[in-house]
Amino acid sequence: MESMKNILLAVLLAAGIAVPAAAQVGNVYIHDPSTIVMSDGKYFTFGTGSGGLMSEDGWTWTDGAVRPGGGVAPDVVKIGDRYLVAYSAGYPGTEGKTRGVVTTMWTKSLDPKSPDFGFSEPELVAWAGDDEDCWAIDPAFLLDPTTGRLWCSYGTYFGAIRIVELDPATGKRVEGNEAVDIAIDCEATALMYKDGWYYLLGTHGTCCDGTNSTYNIVCGRSRSVTGPYLDNMGRDMLEGGGRMVLSAGDRATGPGHFGLYVEDEGVEKMSFHYEADFNRSGRSVLAVRPLLWKNGWPVAADPFKEGTFEIESERRGYSLELAVSFVRLQGAMMRGFGRNSDGPVVVIEDQKLEDVVEGWPEGDIDIRVGDYMFRPHQRWTVTAVPDAGGYLGAPYYKIVIAGTERALAATSDAELTAVPKFTGAPEQLWRIEQLTDGTFRIMPKSVPGHEGEQFAIVCTGDSTVALGKYDFNSDNSKWNFRDR
Amino acid sequence: MKRIVVLLAVALGLCAAASAQETLNLDYHHPVLEDYFAPAAAAPAAPDAKGFIRRWTLLEPIAKPEIRSNTLFDDNWLNTEFAKVYFEGQNEMEPKDGQKVKLDKKNRLTWHSYDSKRYNVKLYRFATGLGLHPTEGLFLAFTVVNAPEDMTVRMAVGSNSASRWCVNGEEVLLMSGDRRMVVDDCVSRKITLKAGRNVIRGSVINGPGMSDFCLRFLGEDGKPVTNLTVTNQ
Repeated sequence: MESMKNILLAVLLAAGIAVPAAAQVGNVYIHDPSTIVMSDGKYFTFGTGSGGLMSEDGWTWTDGAVRPGGGVAPDVVKIGDRYLVAYSAGYPGTEGKTRGVVTTMWTKSLDPKSPDFGFSEPELVAWAGDDEDCWAIDPAFLLDPTTGRLWCSYGTYFGAIRIVELDPATGKRVEGNEAVDIAIDCEATALMYKDGWYYLLGTHGTCCDGTNSTYNIVCGRSRSVTGPYLDNMGRDMLEGGGRMVLSAGDRATGPGHFGLYVEDEGVEKMSFHYEADFNRSGRSVLAVRPLLWKNGWPVAADPFKEGTFEIESERRGYSLELAVSFVRLQGAMMRGFGRNSDGPVVVIEDQKLEDVVEGWPEGDIDIRVGDYMFRPHQRWTVTAVPDAGGYLGAPYYKIVIAGTERALAATSDAELTAVPKFTGAPEQLWRIEQLTDGTFRIMPKSVPGHEGEQFAIVCTGDSTVALGKYDFNSDNSKWNFRDR
Repeated sequence: MKRIVVLLAVALGLCAAASAQETLNLDYHHPVLEDYFAPAAAAPAAPDAKGFIRRWTLLEPIAKPEIRSNTLFDDNWLNTEFAKVYFEGQNEMEPKDGQKVKLDKKNRLTWHSYDSKRYNVKLYRFATGLGLHPTEGLFLAFTVVNAPEDMTVRMAVGSNSASRWCVNGEEVLLMSGDRRMVVDDCVSRKITLKAGRNVIRGSVINGPGMSDFCLRFLGEDGKPVTNLTVTNQ
């Protein structure tokens, strides 16, 4: 099968088709995925219809998740040591006929192999009559981190998006609670809270049209969970407003059904489906992207693309490099501080790998941080490693000096080195995650002797580097991949 | 408020749910025309505080059963569709409330003048409120705005789904694609509302689902124009 995979890859590359490393692998076929949650050490998401997907590492997915009830577009939230699952049933009608209900049910585990797996009887929490301006499908939860109150939005293009309050202890509708209209002309909503703002995300555009689907994810924000939710133009989502979070691109159309997964402070990821993945027969697939925040608005990050980069520290702006002797360029020395010269203008070639590599030690080479001079010991090629697994939303990467197999690696004393040849060992595999501010953290899959502990590449000084604890509030932990 | 019994008979296998076949007693208000529209008053209307034109004369929907999906609505298809003439004087008449037009030997449609109770004109509810089929249809809308002087403005429209808008006989907006109604979704080039009467005609076409529109004029400063009167009779 591996050879078949490589053949397919070769064919696609030969056809000039970029294959992003940011597509999940395995059985990724799902529509209307619920917010990804972790249970029993595994990731789970559920879609329309019965069942769902599960993953050990967040990169390779299989079927096998079990959700009773069928229906459409479920959502999941963890409350205490239990999981509350909502799903909806309904069907589109004409002549004023639309129906839908939202139900919730509990389980202590989402893993069918767990003795704690087992769902409670569904409770009806929201509905719409067959001639109302609402269709009660596509539920989404928000457990308000500021109050502990539980909210559920629902609705689709037919009329309004509504929000109701549920009891986080029972999953039932709070007695006497009245539904509030918060948006129109969207569906697949989601709610989240950040820095004093409530965000309502919804999907605009045409659903379910395969490669022509114009589905896209937009959002508005409010100081109150019940709205009004305004977009960046001050337009109410009850007036159709919404600021773009993600639209089609990277050979896939129809992003929809946003879900937030907070991995760590400053490490946020959004799950969604593409209605058509052009590299997978136009099928509907699960996708995960880093979520960035720009001026108070969520934006989907572009998928990390393989390439050759400077790896620049956010701390000082210096760059990751091999600790080798600097080789000065010869000739073309400074000519009088830019004064006019009668000599011809010539192009100076870059320093080449073969100009310097023989001077490098043959064994392991230390890593440091230095002024970026686009020299061979500062240029790193980053490529995904097939079949090495991954983490939520991305595969592991190898990071080698461009033109060589000399690979960045973690050492047993939590330092960095460059080994002569990439072997695929866990300490040579790197987890690269874009942070909410657009910078990256870089973490080894494993540090010898420290398995199970998490390390990131951190600056210890302007010009020195080691492995240490990731801290979003320190620029020591942040890096930029630049091609210059 | 009526108490009704809703039988949740989920028709599509895709949507089969544990609660299917369950019988629920639901209390809710059943939408009626009066929730959305009032008969157009005799006195001239004004745009609302945000500039939306709420007084319109609407023709009962022209059935378009062939529209099974809104994905049809590309520019070429719409230009052909909106060029069709369904009844005599379609593009010239200034319809009165209750006036009928003859589509063919069997089919006559009636114009209705309303003041929308919302900033947007809910065409779907206009149809259901009159007991008419609300989807797969073409809606025609007419109104007259009176400007106190020659005014340079832009027409701003949101429509569900595709639509075309004309001012004094000139097309100023064609909104193609499977659209949702969004305030100020499409804004025309600068146009001149002449002092006195200006005739606005809209055509909104939709397949399945809700249908509505909203329309206002924006001044050269980008702010809504409110110093107009609306007299569609």
